[in-house]
Amino acid sequence: MRAGYAFLAGALFGAGLFLSGMTDTSKVQGWLDVFGDWDPTLAFVMGGAMLPMALAWSVTRRRSSSLTGAAFPPPPERRIDLSLISGSVMFGMGWGLVGLCPGPVIASLSYGGWGLYVFLTAMLAGMAVAPALRSRLDRPMPAE
Amino acid sequence: MEQDWIWGLAGGLLIGSGGAVLLLANGRIMGASGILGGLVDGSGRDTALERLGFLLGTACLPLLLWVLTGPVETHLTDNIAILIIGGLLVGLGTRIANGCTSGHGVCGMSRLSLRGFVASASYILAGAMCVLLFRHILEVI
Repeated sequence: MRAGYAFLAGALFGAGLFLSGMTDTSKVQGWLDVFGDWDPTLAFVMGGAMLPMALAWSVTRRRSSSLTGAAFPPPPERRIDLSLISGSVMFGMGWGLVGLCPGPVIASLSYGGWGLYVFLTAMLAGMAVAPALRSRLDRPMPAE
Repeated sequence: MEQDWIWGLAGGLLIGSGGAVLLLANGRIMGASGILGGLVDGSGRDTALERLGFLLGTACLPLLLWVLTGPVETHLTDNIAILIIGGLLVGLGTRIANGCTSGHGVCGMSRLSLRGFVASASYILAGAMCVLLFRHILEVI
């Protein structure tokens, strides 16, 4: 049941990424290209996506649990740490360099061509070694 | 094209609806890097089936739409070094920051999460600097 709902959610996510043009790297790099030929499409995608999500978050405040009985996520953490910022900066650099983030990589698996598989392989390798790097970042600096 | 923003908005509404389904049905935050990354590093072994279900849906609908509507432009670079470096940075960065455009961006900012805003500002700023440097100064992308 949970896998079925997850499939439905993924299908909506994938369809949305496809229709919005977010699997086209030139649209993503165009949005980041503020000093060149700027493409505002991604702002509409992000804005459009936040509307149903904001509604969904407001529903979670009125209900005690999800449809399948699982608890809703706890309130967001407020801790701003080195791993949040350094990780996001690394992600942003890769995102700008190629114009792909994880969602569109999965969405374009069928038509992305060989280059997408090169990117995917490197991305999976990065994900595999990330926990080791993260635990180093989270460790407090040793006192002299 | 002038209609790009309409498709962007319509696609965005679908993306957000996917996130709403995952949250209201399964109580989960729709973060593509977390769902995939949990399978890669083994931290999501207990929820592997629903993770696979989500990824299958994400991959299958575009496949179907591609078959129905014809060729899709991705304009992906054919520079192998850039593909590998970019992939490594995205894989590492999203897992170190614990989220990407879907988790921190769509899901985080829509509940006014401070971490979502800080993460999104960081990756957008880094991405814009990267495009400025590699497209306009070094002219390699």
